[in-house]
Amino acid sequence: MENILKVEKVEKYYGNKSSLTKAIDNLSFVVDQGEFVAIMGASGSGKTTLLNVISTIDRVTSGHIYVEGKDITELKGNQLNQFRRESLGFIFQDFNLLDTLTAYENIALALSIQNVPAKTIDKKIQVVARQLGIQDVLNKYPYQMSGGQKQRVASARAIITNPKLVLADEPTGALDSKSSKMLLERFHYLNTELNTTILMVTHDAFSASYATRVIFLKDGKIFSEICKGNHTRKEFFDQIIDVVTILGGDLNDAL
Amino acid sequence: MMLFKLSLQNIKKSVRDYAVYFFTLILGVSIFYVFNSIESQTVLLDVTSATYDIIKLMTNMLSGVSVFVSCILGFLIIYASRFLIKRRNKEFAIYLTLGMSKRKISLILFFETLLIGILSLVVGLGIGVVCSQGMSILVANLFEADMTRFQFIFSTSACLKTLIYFGITYVLVMIFNTISISKCKLIDLLHYNKKSEKIKLKNPFLCTIVFIISCIVLGYAYYLVTSGFIHLDADSIYIPIVMGVISTFLIFWSISGLLLKVCMSMKRVYYKGLNSFILRQFSSKINTTVFSMSIICLMLFVTICVLSSSLSIKNSMTANFEQLAPADIMLTKRMNLDLSDLEQGYTLEQIELSDQNILDTLAMFDYDLLDHLEESVEFNIYQTSELTLKDTLGSKLEQIQKQYAFLAYNQCEDIMKIGDYNHVARLYGNEEYTLAENEYLIVADFDSMITLRNMALEANETISLFGQTLVPKYQRCQNGIVELSGSHINAGIILVPDDVVDEQYLAYNSVVGNYRAKDKKEKQTIEAELFQLQQEVNRKKYVFPSLSTKLSILEAGIGLGALITFIGLYLGIIFLISSAAILALKELSEAADNRERFTILRRIGADEKMIQQALFVQIGIFFLFPLFLAIIHSIFGIQFCNIILETFGTKGLIPSILMTAIFLVVIYGGYFLLTYFCSKSMMRER
Repeated sequence: MENILKVEKVEKYYGNKSSLTKAIDNLSFVVDQGEFVAIMGASGSGKTTLLNVISTIDRVTSGHIYVEGKDITELKGNQLNQFRRESLGFIFQDFNLLDTLTAYENIALALSIQNVPAKTIDKKIQVVARQLGIQDVLNKYPYQMSGGQKQRVASARAIITNPKLVLADEPTGALDSKSSKMLLERFHYLNTELNTTILMVTHDAFSASYATRVIFLKDGKIFSEICKGNHTRKEFFDQIIDVVTILGGDLNDAL
Repeated sequence: MMLFKLSLQNIKKSVRDYAVYFFTLILGVSIFYVFNSIESQTVLLDVTSATYDIIKLMTNMLSGVSVFVSCILGFLIIYASRFLIKRRNKEFAIYLTLGMSKRKISLILFFETLLIGILSLVVGLGIGVVCSQGMSILVANLFEADMTRFQFIFSTSACLKTLIYFGITYVLVMIFNTISISKCKLIDLLHYNKKSEKIKLKNPFLCTIVFIISCIVLGYAYYLVTSGFIHLDADSIYIPIVMGVISTFLIFWSISGLLLKVCMSMKRVYYKGLNSFILRQFSSKINTTVFSMSIICLMLFVTICVLSSSLSIKNSMTANFEQLAPADIMLTKRMNLDLSDLEQGYTLEQIELSDQNILDTLAMFDYDLLDHLEESVEFNIYQTSELTLKDTLGSKLEQIQKQYAFLAYNQCEDIMKIGDYNHVARLYGNEEYTLAENEYLIVADFDSMITLRNMALEANETISLFGQTLVPKYQRCQNGIVELSGSHINAGIILVPDDVVDEQYLAYNSVVGNYRAKDKKEKQTIEAELFQLQQEVNRKKYVFPSLSTKLSILEAGIGLGALITFIGLYLGIIFLISSAAILALKELSEAADNRERFTILRRIGADEKMIQQALFVQIGIFFLFPLFLAIIHSIFGIQFCNIILETFGTKGLIPSILMTAIFLVVIYGGYFLLTYFCSKSMMRER
């Protein structure tokens, strides 16, 4: 399988010489096409920083990140914006939907920024809406939707541009357990049926168990890594819990 | 002391937020100073006493207007400071949760207002003092006085006045701030930003109907103030104004719903780049700002009209003088008074001397008028109770009375011999007329009177006087004047064949002429002598003929023009600043919400250039929308002003509109750019 994302010896330091914080410390891993990778870790383990440098919101201190073989740490200015809108899809914990636009327009905006002709926009949105089960809410405003619906709209916005990689930052963080489950099942569907590559940051073992692979971070380094393989989701969940237990009390809040 | 430090840092931190506020305060202070210091500017000018009286009147009026202006500015400042407080709700919430008392927060605000107040007064006065030097050049120019001695002028009284007026405003701001702090609740402060406003799409059908109706109403109002002006009188003048105000509001209301609907249906435009976002931004806000948009639109409208017509009055007044006062001097004396005229305010001496004509009267005081005049014409005006305005209008009277209820219909008409008139006309360089034995004609130059007199003339109304009946020679009034004046006020003089007139009914004896003088200086000397003689004589007995001279008319005209110009400028600029500042503050106060939205746009990959463009367009629409309607209003408003002010003449409208446009672009455009750059830097921060 082809490498979609290759993180190579990435380091990210905060602060100055007297008090240096290594948010990411010489981290390397690879995500293949069609994988659904979860990154777990306690607060301060560097998972959000990792997501930020991959999404080019933040810059690495050293090391390289390749997306489809292209070094994104070299990109500058509008190249960054272009990369972000053409290669990445974002899903945030707090949805980040524009409150003045309807769900439909929120999704359409991702396409119109890329100058997709208006004619094709509608067709694409209908397809994605069916995939994510949001046909009914397309004409509603964010304040008229539940958290789960909002997150699915945000997901639709993230995948409608056919990004190479979908980055999800605690997507279930603001959702109740029922909506969480529904969303994760959609992620699973996108991953297995549409072959979407997803990188999800979470500290919730239940969310992580929907992934095909889980990478555990501790103090900016990879602590452990487990694959789902042929296990059932339940078995995979138990394995994750085992690692979390070894990781120590730091992640207790996740349980 | 800690509180003071906090306020100081708060100001430093939020310089950007305060920029517009501060800018407005400084502008307000300096304009206030400049216009109030005009009195001191004029003290040094080399002008005649007549001009000086007019300047006195002008400064009095300006200080009266200043009270009104300070009220407007006061409201603006209070409004602006409330905006700023709203922006800082989070900050106050933190203070409150830390256990700071509301009293202390009020104290922080007090210090802030104090600091900003002092700073703005110092800077504003500084700028004001500098600008007022330029103003003195303008003043000298307007009064056509020589600026031989340029001197740096500082007006203590204007400075004190500014300090007092603005001091009171700042105290009011402090009181308002304290009240609003003491009333607020912690929970509201904390969650202020989270209250997202519900977006209701208005019923497009209703919007369309409202839009069409308000357009029709507005159109009708436009018609009323221009072509339909003739049907308006003092009572119904409010109708088009009220119609205009309501339809302005409704147009904004309906267009906010309609515009979005229309654009949404044009999918190719709507789903292009950030267009959908910009439009939604606009419509989400216009729902809540329809009211302030209408107010701003109307204020801009008033500004444009006031500025352009006040500037044009000045231009046209000076331009008209050559035509309106074509001779140097005119003396007039009431003749044939009898004891019954005592009631009308004439003195016994006047009645006694009323059989003497002007030249004889002047000879009594050893003054040979003709010696001082190079060319002159003597003529008489006759009046008889047989012929009043009512009689001239004849059968049309009833119809005319319905429209113009307040005219003095019992006023005796001025009658003049055609020969006398032709002499005067020759002196003035005007057209001369001939009449057959049984004909009459009317000369006038006051448009409204001409209109109604023409109605009678068209009906071929005959007049009868001194036992004869005359028919009109022309179907319309002829253009002409006899008296010297500053504006078109000749309401009509009836010219009749010379031998029709009965000398018994002589009412006024007049002499017009040009001075025997080489230059302006000599003219002034002759005139000064004459005026002095008039004063001396009238102090003893009130019998001297009344004088009207070209120079004094010119001076009064210039003074009046300057007065109108100054008051127009003053009010216009203040209105302009107020409306622009309100718009700017409104836009900036929403920057916090917008920042989140722009961050989202950035995250989903919009280019920085795209985002800036979106911001520019968004703010641009907000500034242009009210301006656009205001300009349409003004096109008709200025025409209306012209009709009202037609006695002044309306030449030079184009340059004055140009001047207005420059003011608009500089001040309104300045505010727009300031808003754009402030919000841009707010968007950029992370």
